[in-house]
Amino acid sequence: MKLTKTMKSIGLAMVLPLASSLAIAESIVVQSTTSTKNSGLYDYILPKVKADTGLTVNVVAVGTGQAIKNAQRCDGDVLLVHAKASEEKFVNEGYGVKRSDLMYNDFVIVGPAADPAGVGGSKDVSKSLTTIASKQALFASRGDDSGTHKAELRLWKAAGTDPKAASGAWYRETGSGMGATLNAAVGMGAYAMTDRATWTKFGNKGDFKIQVEGDKRLFNQYGVILVNKDKCPSVKSEAGQKFIDWLLSNKGQNTIASYKVSGNQLFFPNAN
Amino acid sequence: MFKSEPMSNTSALSATNAPYIEVNNLNLTIGGNQLLHDISVTSFTPGVTMVMGPNGAGKSLFLRCLHGLLIPTSGSIRLLNKPHESTTASQSMVFQKAVLLRRNVIKNLEFAAPNGTPPTEITELLAKVHLNGKELQPARLLSGGEQQRLALARSLLTKPRFLLLDEPTASLDPASVLIIERLISEATEQGVKCIFISHDLGQAKRLGADIIFLHQGRLAEHTDAETFFTSPQSREAKAYLDGEIVL
Amino acid sequence: MLGDAFTEAFTLIVSVNPELLEILWLSIQVSLTALFFSIALGLPIGTSLAITEFPGKKACVTILNSLMGLPPVVVGLLVYLLLSRSGPLGVLGLLYTPTAMVIAQVVLITPIIAALAYQVMDDLHREYRDLFQSLGIPLTKAVPTYLWDARYSLVTSVLAGFGRAISEVGAVIIVGGNIDHLTRVMTTAIALETSKGELAIALALGIILLTLALIVNAAVTTVRTFGLRNAYV
Repeated sequence: MKLTKTMKSIGLAMVLPLASSLAIAESIVVQSTTSTKNSGLYDYILPKVKADTGLTVNVVAVGTGQAIKNAQRCDGDVLLVHAKASEEKFVNEGYGVKRSDLMYNDFVIVGPAADPAGVGGSKDVSKSLTTIASKQALFASRGDDSGTHKAELRLWKAAGTDPKAASGAWYRETGSGMGATLNAAVGMGAYAMTDRATWTKFGNKGDFKIQVEGDKRLFNQYGVILVNKDKCPSVKSEAGQKFIDWLLSNKGQNTIASYKVSGNQLFFPNAN
Repeated sequence: MFKSEPMSNTSALSATNAPYIEVNNLNLTIGGNQLLHDISVTSFTPGVTMVMGPNGAGKSLFLRCLHGLLIPTSGSIRLLNKPHESTTASQSMVFQKAVLLRRNVIKNLEFAAPNGTPPTEITELLAKVHLNGKELQPARLLSGGEQQRLALARSLLTKPRFLLLDEPTASLDPASVLIIERLISEATEQGVKCIFISHDLGQAKRLGADIIFLHQGRLAEHTDAETFFTSPQSREAKAYLDGEIVL
Repeated sequence: MLGDAFTEAFTLIVSVNPELLEILWLSIQVSLTALFFSIALGLPIGTSLAITEFPGKKACVTILNSLMGLPPVVVGLLVYLLLSRSGPLGVLGLLYTPTAMVIAQVVLITPIIAALAYQVMDDLHREYRDLFQSLGIPLTKAVPTYLWDARYSLVTSVLAGFGRAISEVGAVIIVGGNIDHLTRVMTTAIALETSKGELAIALALGIILLTLALIVNAAVTTVRTFGLRNAYV
């Protein structure tokens, strides 16, 4: 009798998750970057999306590189990432219907208060990176093919430095998400490049602060793409488009602009 | 070389025409080692046949072959003129170390009881092995003697025609030995044939009708108990009875 | 930090934080469901391996024991590729659902339950084999007897499986996607809070998960102690 009772409760527990996966009829999966998720943007806008459109939006937050690959495998309806070149390639290869600019913010380089490379206050990202390299100050890189990682590599290239040569020495590739990389950077006193939104919301700053900001090369554009039904018949085109339309609408853009953390706006809509 | 002759003096005690035990040219080889060598023995004797011999003589292996737990490499075994494959169901075995299920005393008995065994029979049997009042105790918490008494009761519950006992009383308390021996005697009076391994000479004298003496996997001697204890036929049995250490 | 974490954990618990309850409940649901299927698969595998003899049995046992140490990330990846829309089971649309997490956990803990069940049953079989043959117990009666007499040891194995399931993150984060209100469980929530640098909250969740493990283990110990006291183990 004791056994049957246990069996019953196990049976119940068995059915519930299945039931809850059925209850999400009008839902889409968004393959997204970690920065938008960790910054709390989705927590802010998704209830409003739900109220306006009835859509349940399920966000899978991974690096941009992985998000694109997952979408290529049809495991998402909408792609929301920040690596324009890769996004355009995604669309050109037929995986995406159309790419739209959604919003932007900027990258910053953060580092310990002691600022061992002496780059604090600089507005020239190339010069700062060269200085960090020449002083062999520790630098923590995502190293995970994410949007931020790709942007960082572009900046090193522009600065004429190949940090890969020092990989494992002063250049530390964590191979993890933004948050994990920042935790690592704070842990070992290394400089790191991050999007401003993640940094603002980040809870484990230690004595770190923004050392380099304001260079226009640190611009960080986010784009949104509907996954193409021709490649992926399972895509919920209509619902996905509804979500994208909402994001690009005046209301959506204004909502994004109104998201603030301790008084600071984190994302700047630029859909038109 | 120590084959017992069918016309040996045990035949005088024969009660039926069919021999209780008829083993012919039994060989057992396990993993390339020959452990039992060409054993042939026939016993017409009712009551208790004692199987004796020094350690490593092959007594347990012999008993296991009789019970069908080991398949002989060659040779034949017949009990009451039937091939032993068809008699294992009418046999029951008590092991040297009682194997008891992880449940209480009464449930251990119920497990082995044939369908339709009246509960009173179980109760009576429990009283006979002096375990009444311990019905609900976990069986594996009983003392060694109590465990073996329970194992014997379980065997008797299956109403065997043959009861095989592998040193059931080794290192038990005297009270338990007495209870077990009394039950075995009672069973033989009711016609149960017992085949009993023991190292205890006193016990063999008290219970044994005939003695099978094994040595190094071979049959050294098979005689009735009186002959065995008064004038053993084989050198090995003589040395064993004289208290020499026989290897 | 540790003090903050304990304060945070305490606050989360006493305030009956609904979000925490949702995550905790999903964790328990997913792992219990996985446990149910793993028992249904692992127990017969372990038991039949223990009580039958066949060529290659030793190799099977070795493989089973190695499968106990399956890296969760590899399991996650395999299940992901299987359930991905472009994978062989993609049509089922199970990726990023609690069911996907259940599947990953079943793959992870079935070998654990099977291997531990095998060990328990093998010991028991060695002990009972002769008796059962002697009593002429048919397999249909022997197997339930093995299961019943191994009950105290099996409970321990089963809870070891549950412990592994509920504390596992590598596989469920890949196949579940750590989606808020859908597939977020305790471990993926801890991973998320860590990546947000909210270490105190992450640690607080860890403390709650640990407490759950502690309760489960206390239950096992109680059951086992009872079993041992009666020599039923």
